[in-house]
Amino acid sequence: MSELTLTVMRLGFLAVLWLFVIVAVQVIRSDLFGTRVTQRGSRREAQRPQQAAARQSAPPPQRQQAAPSGGGRQRRGAPTKLVVSEGILTGTTVALQGQTITLGRAHDSTIVLDDDYASSRHARIYPDRDGQWIVEDLGSTNGTYLDRTRLTTPTPVPLGAPIRIGKTVIELRK
Amino acid sequence: MSSTSNTSTHHTSTIGSIGTPSRRNTELALLVFAVLIPVFAYANVGLAINDSVPPGLLSYGLGLGLLAAVGHVVVRKFAPYADPLLLPLATLLNGIGLVAIWRLDQSKRLQAVSTFVEAAPRQLLYSALGVGLFVVVLVFLKDHRVLQRYTYISMVGALILLLLPLVPGLGLNVFGARIWISIAGFTIQPGEFAKIVLAIFFAGYLMVKRDALALASRRFMGIYLPRGRDLGPIIVVWIISILILVFETDLGTSLLFFGMFVIMLYVATERTSWIVFGMLMSAAGAVGVASFESHVQQRVQAWLDPMHEYELSQQGVIGHTEQSMQALWAFGSGGTLGTGLGQGNSDLIGFAANSDFILATFGEELGLAGVMAILLMYGLIVERGVRTALAARDPFGKLLAIGLSGAFALQVFVVAGGVMGLIPLTGMTMPFLAYGGSSVIANWALIGILIRISDTARRPAPAPAPNPDAEMTQVVRP
Repeated sequence: MSELTLTVMRLGFLAVLWLFVIVAVQVIRSDLFGTRVTQRGSRREAQRPQQAAARQSAPPPQRQQAAPSGGGRQRRGAPTKLVVSEGILTGTTVALQGQTITLGRAHDSTIVLDDDYASSRHARIYPDRDGQWIVEDLGSTNGTYLDRTRLTTPTPVPLGAPIRIGKTVIELRK
Repeated sequence: MSSTSNTSTHHTSTIGSIGTPSRRNTELALLVFAVLIPVFAYANVGLAINDSVPPGLLSYGLGLGLLAAVGHVVVRKFAPYADPLLLPLATLLNGIGLVAIWRLDQSKRLQAVSTFVEAAPRQLLYSALGVGLFVVVLVFLKDHRVLQRYTYISMVGALILLLLPLVPGLGLNVFGARIWISIAGFTIQPGEFAKIVLAIFFAGYLMVKRDALALASRRFMGIYLPRGRDLGPIIVVWIISILILVFETDLGTSLLFFGMFVIMLYVATERTSWIVFGMLMSAAGAVGVASFESHVQQRVQAWLDPMHEYELSQQGVIGHTEQSMQALWAFGSGGTLGTGLGQGNSDLIGFAANSDFILATFGEELGLAGVMAILLMYGLIVERGVRTALAARDPFGKLLAIGLSGAFALQVFVVAGGVMGLIPLTGMTMPFLAYGGSSVIANWALIGILIRISDTARRPAPAPAPNPDAEMTQVVRP
């Protein structure tokens, strides 16, 4: 075997050995523990103000750019977001994208109400097959009110109609 | 204040818990890499020595590949969230160890020795047994916490394993160290297995006793002094390791066990004073034993003045060996980039060139660059072990992982340090690289346990139990 081939193999082997070490270190680097944030939606989700203090400030601030309706799925004039207009969570908005929104004191609710007069699973708001948003009381202690009437059956929610849960009022907006 | 509402989970960013996908495919890719490197090395050795690709290339490559494949499939099936690096690193070290052993088999000088046997096929067999034990560990040890039940049985088991070489008729005295036993023609080094069993005992024991050891202490001159009665266990372990040193004249094993205990004690109690105590005690023990044990004295002499030892052995004085000096020369002639695989003269080391001194072969033929890469791989295995300990959710798993990786690190240090002349030479083997059945099998089992713990540690945490309302809903009274 020629000297040159052997030299090339020798250096090549060292290079391959080090390459393995470097790849292994890269794997460690990408494997560091921690929380991982994955963006699932095609556009940015409205970020609600995180600070509790900011949330308590009285005027309902419109912190969120209205999320434009995505795709041609939604009809004209359909609500695009749900806004909390009264109560401790004032100013909170949730984009409506066809998902069911649950309200209540339970930690896994979409909107966790810190409200002594709300039940743990108080109400839910969901779109029916036509895209019409429906509010349904989930057997809450103090009831869910649409405008002034206490809900007994799932009821379609008009734009801007206040839904009252305990001390919290939410409404759907464009 | 209220918790924030999670906006919907469907269209928004979701925050995963500890973000660990299973990473099995990463492991597979690394494994393929780890099998190809030894095949390359094997071809390289053949081309350098015989000018031809060795005829056994295919079978060795397939053998190693098969072992890696079996390991991978079992991990995928039984430990899907395990650490992706441990298996490839162990496979690679085992593979290049096989190549180096085969390379020394080709040496004319070693073949001339009367006791010569082809070591590479046997080592491949031992590796297969090792992977077999690895598979057994993963299949039958569903949860490492089961081992906790056997805390005191482990202690007895470890003591028996350690004392076996002293049993007359069973133990073998090989070149001054009684660390082997002979059963049915096979020689076994029980100390390698005792390492794992003892780690289980220490982990179980310290998990229960750590509060007493950590909290009941007085502060004196900036360090915490443990109470007299809490010193009991460390003194017992110290005495045992001294006894090993005296009766089996094996400095390495003794250092390994005591060091492992001190590491685990420190991790369990977070008291620096244990390290100070441990260092003082092991130094005192080593000096004390060295003052009357001739075998240890000789090793120390060879360490302090290897050249003198070499000259004595050249003059034919019985009981002296040129090995240490030859190993140092091997490292020296390797230089930075080495002489190339198959082109060194590390076979001059003679006896034990392929076991205790195998690192010298790498030192000569791959040079500083290669030895650094190999030591880094050992370092990565230890790092993954420590990382597993950090991530483990139960104290027993933490202590066991730290103990096993600490023992692994100590063993690498003791062997590499001994071969390089940093510390006196001891009769231990480089994990995975060196020729020796017990070592390879025991270390595969060790990797198996680490993989099991890392699988438990990295498994996504179960969702927290739904929290029933802390407060009752108040009723609106009209």
